Amino acid sequence: MAACVAVIAKENYPLFIKTIPTENELKFYYTVHTSLDVVEEKISSVGKNANDLRELYLGLLYPTEDYKVYGYVTNTRVKFVVVVDSSNASLRDNEIRTMFKKLHNAYVDMLCNPFYKPGDNITSRAFENIVVGMLQGD
Amino acid sequence: MSWASELPGELVCKPLGLIALTGLDTTYNAVHKAIWDSFCNNRRSDRVPLQFIVCKADHEYPKCKQKRSSYEWYIPKGILKTHWMPKHLQEVPAVVVVFFDLDWDEPLWKERQMECSTRVEIVRNSLQGRNTKIAVVLIQKNAPLPPGEDMMAAERAVSLCSTCDISAKSLYVLPHTDHLIGYTMRLENAFYEQAQAYYHQEARKVKSHKDFLNKTTHQLLFVRHQFKSAFFNELKQDSHTAIKHYKQAYGYILDLRMHDTNMLEIKTVAGFINYKICRLSFQHNAPLDAIAQFRKHIDFFKLKAGIPELAFEHSAWMSKQFQVFGDLFDEAIKLGLTAIQTQHPGFYFQQAANHAIFRKQLCQGLCMQPEDIKPAEEIEGYMGKTDFYGQRKWRQGHQSIEPPDLHKEREGILALQTKERQLDHSWSIIPLLSSAVAQFRKYKSPRMKRFLMVQMGEEYYHAKDHVKALILLTKVMWDYRNERWWKLLTSILQTSLKCAYLTAKVQEYVSNCMELIGRYSQCSTNEKIRIQMNLLRVMSHTAPEPEPDLDPACMEKASALWAELRSKPTSFTLEMQGLIPFIETKACFVHETVSADSKIIVEVCLRVGCPFPVRLSKLLVFFTNQKYNTHCVLTDGRGISAKSDGGVDSPSDLYLKPEEARVFSFAFVPCGDDVGKQIEISALAVEMGSESGCSAMLRWAGGGGESILQPVGPAKPVIRPTPSGQPVDWAAFIVNPVVRITPRKALLEVKVDHDPPCLLNEVYMLTLHVENKESADIQNVKFSLALQDLEESQDSTTQISEDPSSFDEATLSSYSEIEVGHMKKGQKISKCFYLKCLHAANRTLLAQVSYNVGVRIDDQTLICSCKAEETVTLPTIRPFDVSIKLESTKFETIEAVHADDPFLLTTDIVCSSPWPIEMKNSSLHLSEFIHTAGEKFESQIAGVELAKHDCGAECICLVASSCVQPSVSLGTYTVEWKRKTSNSGSLPYVSTTLPLPTVNIEYIPITVQVDLPAFGRVKTLLPLSYSVRNRTPYVQEVQISMESTDNFMFSGNKQTQFRVLPSQEYKLHYNFFPLVAGQVNLPRLHLEMMRYPGTMDDIISKMLPTNIFIRPIGKIPPV
Repeated sequence: MAACVAVIAKENYPLFIKTIPTENELKFYYTVHTSLDVVEEKISSVGKNANDLRELYLGLLYPTEDYKVYGYVTNTRVKFVVVVDSSNASLRDNEIRTMFKKLHNAYVDMLCNPFYKPGDNITSRAFENIVVGMLQGD
Repeated sequence: MSWASELPGELVCKPLGLIALTGLDTTYNAVHKAIWDSFCNNRRSDRVPLQFIVCKADHEYPKCKQKRSSYEWYIPKGILKTHWMPKHLQEVPAVVVVFFDLDWDEPLWKERQMECSTRVEIVRNSLQGRNTKIAVVLIQKNAPLPPGEDMMAAERAVSLCSTCDISAKSLYVLPHTDHLIGYTMRLENAFYEQAQAYYHQEARKVKSHKDFLNKTTHQLLFVRHQFKSAFFNELKQDSHTAIKHYKQAYGYILDLRMHDTNMLEIKTVAGFINYKICRLSFQHNAPLDAIAQFRKHIDFFKLKAGIPELAFEHSAWMSKQFQVFGDLFDEAIKLGLTAIQTQHPGFYFQQAANHAIFRKQLCQGLCMQPEDIKPAEEIEGYMGKTDFYGQRKWRQGHQSIEPPDLHKEREGILALQTKERQLDHSWSIIPLLSSAVAQFRKYKSPRMKRFLMVQMGEEYYHAKDHVKALILLTKVMWDYRNERWWKLLTSILQTSLKCAYLTAKVQEYVSNCMELIGRYSQCSTNEKIRIQMNLLRVMSHTAPEPEPDLDPACMEKASALWAELRSKPTSFTLEMQGLIPFIETKACFVHETVSADSKIIVEVCLRVGCPFPVRLSKLLVFFTNQKYNTHCVLTDGRGISAKSDGGVDSPSDLYLKPEEARVFSFAFVPCGDDVGKQIEISALAVEMGSESGCSAMLRWAGGGGESILQPVGPAKPVIRPTPSGQPVDWAAFIVNPVVRITPRKALLEVKVDHDPPCLLNEVYMLTLHVENKESADIQNVKFSLALQDLEESQDSTTQISEDPSSFDEATLSSYSEIEVGHMKKGQKISKCFYLKCLHAANRTLLAQVSYNVGVRIDDQTLICSCKAEETVTLPTIRPFDVSIKLESTKFETIEAVHADDPFLLTTDIVCSSPWPIEMKNSSLHLSEFIHTAGEKFESQIAGVELAKHDCGAECICLVASSCVQPSVSLGTYTVEWKRKTSNSGSLPYVSTTLPLPTVNIEYIPITVQVDLPAFGRVKTLLPLSYSVRNRTPYVQEVQISMESTDNFMFSGNKQTQFRVLPSQEYKLHYNFFPLVAGQVNLPRLHLEMMRYPGTMDDIISKMLPTNIFIRPIGKIPPV
């Protein structure tokens, strides 16, 4: 069960952000935005050699007192960020990985829609439902 | 109320062993003063870690408490007494040193010794019960003798020790000589050893109490004793043992019974011990241990908030814990530790700030209850120093779960809340944020840094420093805009707008409003409407409505500032690039290129994204050439609040409806200087408001468009002029800020007349026929002919001139120009150019006609310069091929010539030109060693005309004189010629010079000549004489033999030997009698020279004729 799920474009602007406690949405926006620092650093440190097969899952970006922020970058540099409550011990690395895989699949499905222009905000209902499912913890 | 979470100085300082020096009179005795200075001054890190104090001999040290023999009935009142650490740091010495002036050879030894022992006794009495070591230092005037030599000294030292009751190891001598500092250091080391022994003993003493403790009543003492042991070990400078004890103490703390009444005390002491552990871990270069300990500490205590009424105390404590750890971490980094992007002090400072912010929020929620504030002295009564760290003043030493006096408890809490309320939290948050910003900048986290700066800006806003808040927020907004995080940008803009309102900064206010009502703002529509109305108010030069949720006191101040602003007109310029305002602009030159005699059309498309229509007062376009700026100004004088004229878009109506793009068009004539250049739109600007009130000039650099949002793609779509009367599609409107002015198209007919191909080296004629087809006369007409790409090729093998006779001159350019001047309408002019090519190749020539013509546009006449061009591709070929051969007199091709023997030079000229060639003359220029055999050379082809493939040949007989050079260039051969066509009569002849081959000249010592008649007759005598000539200056012996043949009978020497004198001839006479008719071989003459045997025969046989024509006996002609 995640607290916030975000999809960030290659150029680092948000395509989609959904949070569960909606009253503190702005804080999650900042959390996701600041986590891009670490994402960029991680990408740039690997990206030197083009032949290197980079792992898409970046792992824990940084822990805050209340939340843990995880990152994932697709090969087209679209970033997924998932914020998880620190107190939630049931989510181990493996669960987070599966979560990202699921998110990636949903994103790809959404991208296959010929009416979606890459780079636009994501408005797909199906995609949103999957994200909401991840937030509510299925 | 930071008092509870503040770390006391005695905890933070580095513990040093304490040494008390007595018996030094530092005020009146210079020697004592010098000794004291050498101890306490200039204590660098290489000195032993000790602290010195100077005391009087009769100084009263803190009394030692009566040690309990049993803890059975003892109930501790708290964990750690506040005066314990300072006592051991500053009051209870490890060693007391008694200084005494006494030399070994003191005459009054007995008395002095007595005096010394009295002093020691006094000190010992005042240290009753303590284990403090006592040392005696004798200050002596003389340098000591080497040990064992001074018998008296040894004897007296023993007696002194026994009198003073000290061990011999505790007696020192300090000779007062030049090397004071050296002696001091040695003394220091001795004291250090004693101090270590003392602290070790103390630590063991504390440890020994452990056996008397029981787990139920003495839990606090477990912590206390471990802490004391650790502290003594620190004083002993044994940090490894110290950290072990601190960790144990921390472990005992976690076992304590925790309830609301003692929570503050436990957290305070836990904070202390945690601080010590982290600090020592960093010191031991074990940062991971420190971080792990800190994590454990925070995770354990973060939920132990204590009394809900004093929850802010917990936040303050948390904030402090993070800050202190951040400081420790940072200090360790300064000493060489390396941190990483995801683990550095910045995170701790940030957390500290977060807790401080939380504390502020709690304070606002908890402490605002009683309206009236208690008097300060009453509050002070509930605070201040306590006997134990972290206890409440009103119930010190109380350890039960329930507070003893409920009323007093309530009053105390109220006093703490009041105190908290008086605190300005923002000023404790901002420095924390600022430290965090510095750290995140260092560890490459620009976004985190910006986020913290936003928080700082907000904190400044709360602290009512609106100017600083505005500056800070403006600084960071740019990045959020650039990264298109509209939600964050909107939130920052809203705060910024409040600040701008409160400080009455019109420019910032307007700029913030413009962004907030724009398309990408995430404000609600109602909010946008409210802001736009405020913007309208400001632009109409009235004060805007205040923003919601503002402090009333600040609002009053702000409205006064706005009123003041209204008294005078304001105008300012806002740079729009970098903003995302509600007005969007795009500008476009309708054409990519514009001819110099037509108008340039600029279209400007405007669109607003705000909820209500907007009226602008001016639209301006700025160009790189400022001359045009005046052509592109549109003014709407109706005033900002005027309504539209009822739907009709008159051209000067700058009324923009939301989401409805409008196009404004400007046209102007280019100026002559810009022909061939580019005109670029340097900026677009619109003005809002009026100059008499408030006017804002909004300026976009370049051609507008969404520079931040969409970088201009490489594919350039086709520009189409916008059709009028149709709604404009904003997205389809293209930004095209550049137009190229091309010269006007020339209306001339230019024809080049010539007969290609051009022959190499000839003077080639091109005729330029020009007809003026303009509707007017033209001036300044110039014809020119040049090689295309003249600058690049630098071709010197082509010469162009308008005068055919000028080619004789040395230097000729490959460019020629004829000034014609005036040309009437319809007039035709023809001019000739001449060309000479020195190299066979294809050339491209450019014939140009340039002129000026007056063109009328609207009501003004423009002088346009035009240029008509015609390119000519011209092949150049060789006119003829010449082959030159050398032949012997027998017409055999030879490689080398014999000196003084004649040879033949034949030249074959084969014409390869499609035109007939007329030869005027040919000439030979021979080198000095060659001359003609006969008379002067006379051309054999003069006047000859050669058509294609015709061949003209010449044959010249030459003789080479003997010379020393083995090979000689014969010279040159020159042909004078020109083409022969119908119009070539006026062309001059040109001469083509060809080099003659280089020959080897061979020197032959003898020659043989034979006088042979043209023919012989059968059976008729044919006398022949061979003459052998010696060319050498020596006598030559020659042997000859004549081969016999069937064709001839002959008489003469068949074989003979003779001598030839230098430069003389020897003749051999033969009579031949031909026997057969026809071309008959002569008998061969073999010649052998004695000097050069076997070499001459071949050479000689080449010199001699091999056959002769023999006529048959004809019929005897009738007589």
